[in-house]
Amino acid sequence: MAEPSEVLHKTPLHALHVELGAKMVPFSGYDMPVQYPAGILKEHLHTREKAGLFDVSHMGQAFLSGNDPARALERLTPADAIGLKPGLQRYGLLLNERGTIKDDFMFSRLVGETPLYLVVNAGTKHGDFDYIAGMLKGVAELEPRPDRALLALQGPAASAVLGRHSPGIAKLTFMQVARCTVAGAPAIVSRSGYTGEDGFEISLEGNHVLRIARALLAEPEVMPIGLGARDSLRLEAGLCLYGHDIDETVNPVEASLVWSIGKRRKLDKDFPAADKIMDLVFNGAAKKRVGIRPDGRAPAREGSEIADKSGRVIGKITSGGFGPTLNAPIAMGYVESAFAGDGSEIDVIVRGKPLPARVSPLPFVPHRYRRAV
Amino acid sequence: MSEVRFTDQHEWVRIEGDEATIGITKYAAEQLGDVVYVELPEAGHKVGAGGEAAVVESVKAASEVYAPVGGEVTTSNSALAEDPAKVNADPEGDGWFFKLKLADKSEFSKLMTAEQYAEFVKGL
Repeated sequence: MAEPSEVLHKTPLHALHVELGAKMVPFSGYDMPVQYPAGILKEHLHTREKAGLFDVSHMGQAFLSGNDPARALERLTPADAIGLKPGLQRYGLLLNERGTIKDDFMFSRLVGETPLYLVVNAGTKHGDFDYIAGMLKGVAELEPRPDRALLALQGPAASAVLGRHSPGIAKLTFMQVARCTVAGAPAIVSRSGYTGEDGFEISLEGNHVLRIARALLAEPEVMPIGLGARDSLRLEAGLCLYGHDIDETVNPVEASLVWSIGKRRKLDKDFPAADKIMDLVFNGAAKKRVGIRPDGRAPAREGSEIADKSGRVIGKITSGGFGPTLNAPIAMGYVESAFAGDGSEIDVIVRGKPLPARVSPLPFVPHRYRRAV
Repeated sequence: MSEVRFTDQHEWVRIEGDEATIGITKYAAEQLGDVVYVELPEAGHKVGAGGEAAVVESVKAASEVYAPVGGEVTTSNSALAEDPAKVNADPEGDGWFFKLKLADKSEFSKLMTAEQYAEFVKGL
C-alpha cells in the first residue's frame, strides 16, 4: 500500500472519494481514486450502461488570451484552431520543434469570447503551461486556472441526468461547448469525454464542485468511477493515454493521429516540423500505433514485446489489459508498418511465451457520441 | 483431517494426506480486485517451495502466485479458465488454483497458521 505522502496534491473532491470508500493511489502528483467499492469491472460496465461520474480535476485548465490566440496556438499544434467555430471544442496535439508529441489536449472557442479554453493532461500540465507561455510570449498570454475543478459525466444516461440540473444541456451535440449553470453554479460544459460514450465534461469553480458532484451522484443512474475504469474505458474506445501510447518519442503519423491535423494546416505546412511530418503522411512512417487483440484470454500488458511469426521483434505494447465490455484482452501498441494492416497476424510475448494475436481496428468498442445530424 | 496454512505472499495451502491444495487468500483477492485471467501449472510440473507456479491477473495488473510448498502438480482448477471471477467469489474454496503431491511435509509446518496470518494482515 502507498504511504500517505505530503507531496501529493488533492482535488477538491478528495474527502468525498475517501467518504465513498475509494482506494486512493498516487497519479500524476495527485492522490486519486483508482476504484470505489464496486470495483473496476462494475464501474466500467455501469458507465457503458447508465452513467459514471469521474473527478478529473487533476487535469490542467487554462485560458489563452491575446489579439488572436487561435493563430498563436497554431504555432504549437497542427490542429485547425483558426477555423474552430464559436461554441465548438477540438482535439489537438502539442508538438515540440522536432514534431514529436509533447502532449494531447482539448481546446474550445466559447461563444462571444476571444480567449481559448484549454484542457491538458495532469502529468504534463506544468511543462505544457511553461512551454506554451514561453513559446507564445508577446503574441498570447496563458492563464492557468488551478482554481477550477473538472468533472466528467459519461454514459448513455448522462444527458438525461445532467438535463435535470442544467435545463437545455441536452441540445449540445458532440464537441459543442457552452457556458451555462449546473444546479445554479456557473460552468463550462462540453459534450465530450474520454470513454467513447456520450457524455459531458463540466468545468466548475473549485468551491462549487463538491455540491455539484453530490447532486449528480444522488441521481439513480450515476455511480462514481475511478481511474482504473477510466483507463479500461478509454482503451476500449481506442483513445491514447499520454506518457504511454504517445510521448516525445513519436510523431502524429506514427501515432495514427493524422486526423487531428487540419486540412488547411497540411497544405500550409506551418506547424512544428511540418515538412518532416507531411513527408511521413505521404510516404509512410516506419511504425504505426495499432489496436491488438490476443487470440486467447491472457492480457498482454504495457511493455510486452510484439513479434512476427518467425520470432523477430517488430514492436511493443504501450497499453494493454482487459476489455470488460468485450470480456476479452485488448491492447494498443506500435508495430512496423508492414504489420499494421487490420487482421495482421502477430505474436505478443507474455512471460517469455509468444501468444497469437491480431491487429484489430480501433476503437474496439464503437463510439456512441451524440453527433450533430 | 485437513489443515490450512498461509504465506506472507498471501497464498493458502490445505493439506490432506500428502496432497496440498493451493490458492490465494481472501485478502489477496480483495487487494487484486476483479480477477479476469488465471494461468495455471500443468499436471506433472515440479515446483519448489516459493517457486513461481501460477499467475493471477486483475483488470489492472498481473501478479505471480508462488507455491507455498514444493512438489509435483497433480491437477489444476480448470473451472477458473471459464470463470476467473470464482477467485473473488470464493478465494479460499471454489477459487482454488492447483493441487500438488507434497514433497516434504516439514515445509508446511513452517508456514503461518490462520491466527498468525490474520495478525500479519492486520499489520499491513
